[in-house]
Amino acid sequence: MNAALLEVRGLKVGFPTPDGLVRASDTVDLELYHREILGLIGETGSGKTVLGMAILRLLQPNTVIEGEIRYRGRDLLSLPEDEMRKVRGREIGVVLQNSGTSLNPVYTVGDQIAEAATLHQGLKGSEARHRAVELLDAVRIPDPAVMAREYPHRFSGGMRERALIAMALACSPSLLIADEPTKGLDAVTKREIIDLFAEVNRDRSVLFITHDIEAAATLATRVAVMYAGEIVEIGAAGEVLSDPAHPYTRGLLASLPERGMRPIPGSAPSLITPPPGCRFSPRCATKDCKSEHPGLVEVGPGHYARCMLYDRG
Amino acid sequence: MHGVCFMIEVNNIRTSFSTGFIRRRVVRAVDGVSFQVEEDETLGLVGESGCGKTTLGRSILRLIEPDEGRVVVNGTDITALSRSDLRRFRPRMQMIFQDAYASLNPRMRVRESVAEPLKIHRMGDRAAIDRRVRELVEEVGLNEEHLNRRPYELSGGQNQRVVLARVLALRPEFIVADEPTSALDVSVQAQILNLIRDLGQEYHMSCLYISHDLGVIRAISNRVAVMLEGRIVEIGKTADVLDRPSHPYTRRLVAVPVRETPEPLESPVFPAAPAMVEERPGHWVEETTA
Repeated sequence: MNAALLEVRGLKVGFPTPDGLVRASDTVDLELYHREILGLIGETGSGKTVLGMAILRLLQPNTVIEGEIRYRGRDLLSLPEDEMRKVRGREIGVVLQNSGTSLNPVYTVGDQIAEAATLHQGLKGSEARHRAVELLDAVRIPDPAVMAREYPHRFSGGMRERALIAMALACSPSLLIADEPTKGLDAVTKREIIDLFAEVNRDRSVLFITHDIEAAATLATRVAVMYAGEIVEIGAAGEVLSDPAHPYTRGLLASLPERGMRPIPGSAPSLITPPPGCRFSPRCATKDCKSEHPGLVEVGPGHYARCMLYDRG
Repeated sequence: MHGVCFMIEVNNIRTSFSTGFIRRRVVRAVDGVSFQVEEDETLGLVGESGCGKTTLGRSILRLIEPDEGRVVVNGTDITALSRSDLRRFRPRMQMIFQDAYASLNPRMRVRESVAEPLKIHRMGDRAAIDRRVRELVEEVGLNEEHLNRRPYELSGGQNQRVVLARVLALRPEFIVADEPTSALDVSVQAQILNLIRDLGQEYHMSCLYISHDLGVIRAISNRVAVMLEGRIVEIGKTADVLDRPSHPYTRRLVAVPVRETPEPLESPVFPAAPAMVEERPGHWVEETTA
């Protein structure tokens, strides 16, 4: 196994609120290897986006963060802000959620893509514009030279997603964090974006945040499942999604329309006062574990699950 | 037709929008659509974004006025109704939108939101309305403690339950559900879909269920219609259409991996709609020249 490009160690992220600290990410450990697409799946509020934003240090200043995030051996959390600015965009690219609001409506798409090239690679006016057209072409926007001069409202949802991918790739980052790039797209467009993603990220590591299990299954080499701020299962995509070890992952898969549409009873717990013991225990049909908090245990080669079924102390 | 009583009959609906200030352009979003929905039946409507699914759904309920065509709901031609008659007819046909949060008044508590349609359509005195609200809230899987919450204090799934309670309050015969679960997580989606299916049967509602998710359509609809560029190109029993698609577009839609980049759609030209051919009993496909 090659060395990890990104290592997250004991990451805790908390948001102070009048009601108490919301523990959005609780002791997350994660490695992302070179040229791997790691799918991070889980429901709304499970802490997927927070993890991505913590890596980029894009969380609001009063956020309580503990732990280590090492990128190529450097701890990003202790980097001064001006150093961090050089990492964002150039080393670690990002495709944010909501393609509709991620683009500035008053600048042309070409100008917005060129901005990254201007800032990080020092390209001048026409060079940068030329680069923007090249990038739009690479993400298969028809008529890229014309479309570069258009404003975001002229782009459909799928095209905006493509433009954002182009923007994220402008400086050829080694790591790309993509947050729900297929959200809100119809089936055909979604497949096109997934195909495009696979193609443009062949030589890159990608943290692919999604709640779309089908997309993760198609794209990811490994999959991590988050529940209530914790990683509850991680392993090879094929294994986790076809032979899940954790009761939550099983429940998530069984709730898919094509796999029986049986919902998990109850709803996600509060992150201010998470349930004692296993966080999934109030909704778990397999085992009642109110007293013990399970650790991640290897259940197969490179396949870990956080469940008392496997954790024997 | 063969003695089957159609709950909803949609006949040759056309809806267009004009855009542009100086150079006016007409976009025909729905271009001659006809179908029927039987009592207690859910008809799924699939197609990619921009194909006219939502416009069709809204046109049928006259939330957008169609240019031409007829919609008959349980014997009443609603396209011929005056504004005031249409308003009186509204309780019998309702719509569920994709964004539950945006569908609810942010200043209203759940109690008020669910009571609102009952008050508007004068369905009982205060005590009766209050009783019915509690009943409805329970039916959609919420409880007492939610009654005083406002939309921002509820999750996406819970808000969609409130919307459902508002719709059920009127005991509609026909609902148009426009992607009601596409913004929800899969496990919440499963809860809401099960709820819509169960309550639909209990309330004997006919439903036009719009979605681009074929898994959802397969799970919820009896028949499915496939829409492309403003027209229905294939319609039939769900399993039949999705497992044995006949129209090239449906084949592309259901194909597992699509590797080739599809040609961008040409700018709107409107040839006369090809005829629909009954390929197998109850399974209609648009005639292709190929």
